[in-house]
Amino acid sequence: MAIPQKKITAANIFQWLWKWIRQLCEWFIVGLIYLCGVSSIIFVFSIFYFVFREGAPFLRDCFDFKNFFLSPEWYPTSISNKRYGILALLAGTGSVTIVAMLVAVPFSLGTAIFIAEFCKKKTKEAMKIVVEILAAIPSVVWGFIGLMVTNPLIVKLTGAPIGLNALNAGIIVGLMSVPIIVSIAEDSIRAVPDGYIEAAEALGATRWQTVYRVILPAAKNGLLAAVLLGVGRAVGETMAVLMATGHSVNIPFNGEFPYFHALESVRTLTATIVAEMGEAPRLDAGMNGSFPAEARHYQVLFVIGIVLFVITFVINTIADLAVKGIRQKKV
Amino acid sequence: MNNHQPEISSALFTATVFTRKKQRMQRIVGIVFGIMAVAILIPLFVLVTYLIIRAWPSLTWDFLTDVPKNGMRGGGIWPALVGTIYTVTFSLLIAVPIGVMAGIYLNEYAKDSWFTRIVNMAVVNLAGVPSIVHALFGVGAFVLFAGMGKSIISASFTLAIMTLPVIIVSTTEALASVPRPFRTACWNVGASKWQTIRTIVLPNSISGILTGVILQVCRAAGETAPIMFTGAVFFKYVQRGDFFPYHLNEQCMALSYHLHTISTQVPGVPEPMLYATAVVLLGFVLIFNSFAIVLRVYMRNRKKW
Repeated sequence: MAIPQKKITAANIFQWLWKWIRQLCEWFIVGLIYLCGVSSIIFVFSIFYFVFREGAPFLRDCFDFKNFFLSPEWYPTSISNKRYGILALLAGTGSVTIVAMLVAVPFSLGTAIFIAEFCKKKTKEAMKIVVEILAAIPSVVWGFIGLMVTNPLIVKLTGAPIGLNALNAGIIVGLMSVPIIVSIAEDSIRAVPDGYIEAAEALGATRWQTVYRVILPAAKNGLLAAVLLGVGRAVGETMAVLMATGHSVNIPFNGEFPYFHALESVRTLTATIVAEMGEAPRLDAGMNGSFPAEARHYQVLFVIGIVLFVITFVINTIADLAVKGIRQKKV
Repeated sequence: MNNHQPEISSALFTATVFTRKKQRMQRIVGIVFGIMAVAILIPLFVLVTYLIIRAWPSLTWDFLTDVPKNGMRGGGIWPALVGTIYTVTFSLLIAVPIGVMAGIYLNEYAKDSWFTRIVNMAVVNLAGVPSIVHALFGVGAFVLFAGMGKSIISASFTLAIMTLPVIIVSTTEALASVPRPFRTACWNVGASKWQTIRTIVLPNSISGILTGVILQVCRAAGETAPIMFTGAVFFKYVQRGDFFPYHLNEQCMALSYHLHTISTQVPGVPEPMLYATAVVLLGFVLIFNSFAIVLRVYMRNRKKW
């Protein structure tokens, strides 16, 4: 940026300054873009940090693996003996997720195959729009539907004493996770190289034979990722589950015949946080640095938040790696 | 098929048992998958129609513009509606610049390296964090650490971080759909990278970015858990039809939270009112969603390349 051998006039100086200001602005914007680019890393870490920060005193003072993960006794507000065992809550989350996936996986994989391979272009567009609308329905509206619509329906159809149970929540959450499974599965089916399909068709395979023998095996990583993301969605779902599960601490699995009693009310990790956060007081440590027993309830809810964060983090990372797998193979 | 035997060559073009079998299988499978697809869509239409029918007696203009009366058992939903508009607007004001710039970084500046892969993984994971964990983060970071207290502003920040990953992904996709020759042509006339992005890439991808943003309006309006502990409040007195009733540092009512509380915590709310609140929230979301769909169809039709 050497100044040319010109007379130094006001106009020249102004031009030169203007150029530098523009350059500085550009540097500033590019810097901002880089900063925003890495912001998602910062946010993921800060989510973990801030949730951990609130839950840390519990982890430090009274965390015990056996009493926390393997005990079904969740009595956070008991006066004499507070117990924080999340086994029943894990079982609740698990049962809702199982029902949800039983509903969602076959139907959404079928829909994805139908959209990708079996229907005409117009139908395809229409189906995609409807799936998108399904994705847009807020979770609290789903919860409301579970409470007001499917609740009496389930009582009528199954004769269960209460309609707010794992089955109800599972169906609702299943419907909620359909869109994400459909869209990821359809993407991965479409990502199968055309050459594979042409080769199969050249051998005289029908569409179904092509799908069954060629496309599904080639897209299996993507389909796995789709199902995993659906599981992640089901585990993390909050409001619908809060309103539709019946919210009682209960393990719906036992040794009696069906082994899994979907018609019992359960309570999930997410619903526990959202229901009890409002009542748990945030208390500071006393003079000697130890917390009063009432402060633990608030902290343990954040520890459950960490558990949820870790579960979904693992699920999403595996799903992401599976998707990356197909992308690399495609090239 | 025995095409070296000329005497049965007429059989060559009629379907063999095997071919008929596989064609029958093909038809059956097509029908089964079709039924599966329809089976998912039917509940959607049935539920939406049912909600609207049950809500019909309460769905009046008065319901939208009136304030709740009689301990939430009468009146309308105006404060909640305005509160939702507030939180959604402010969360977008925060999330859109960050998200769009992050998308520009990922598509234009980032090289294919391990670092970019980590950024992408962070975006995917951020998108998968449960909304309740976002709520806890909002409480820990904005309400307590940053000292914003329970307010519209901390609710908006929480929602913004929740909506960020999808804005990033849709921006990246929209930018990636601008053909590379557009950029090289611009570089060749001496424009810098940022000038190219500003004058060529962004104008050509703006509708794609907008689609992503509008879809996030829906998401932000419908979320309940993240605002429950960061800014939503059960009741706040607001004048009827007042457009600016809230300050940024106070709590507000929100439609999604309002629906949750009146349907689970207030006994004796008339049923049509519950359904009407659900339908208004649903309508809010679906209107924005159809905007996005229309925009995308329009964009695809006028694409020049």
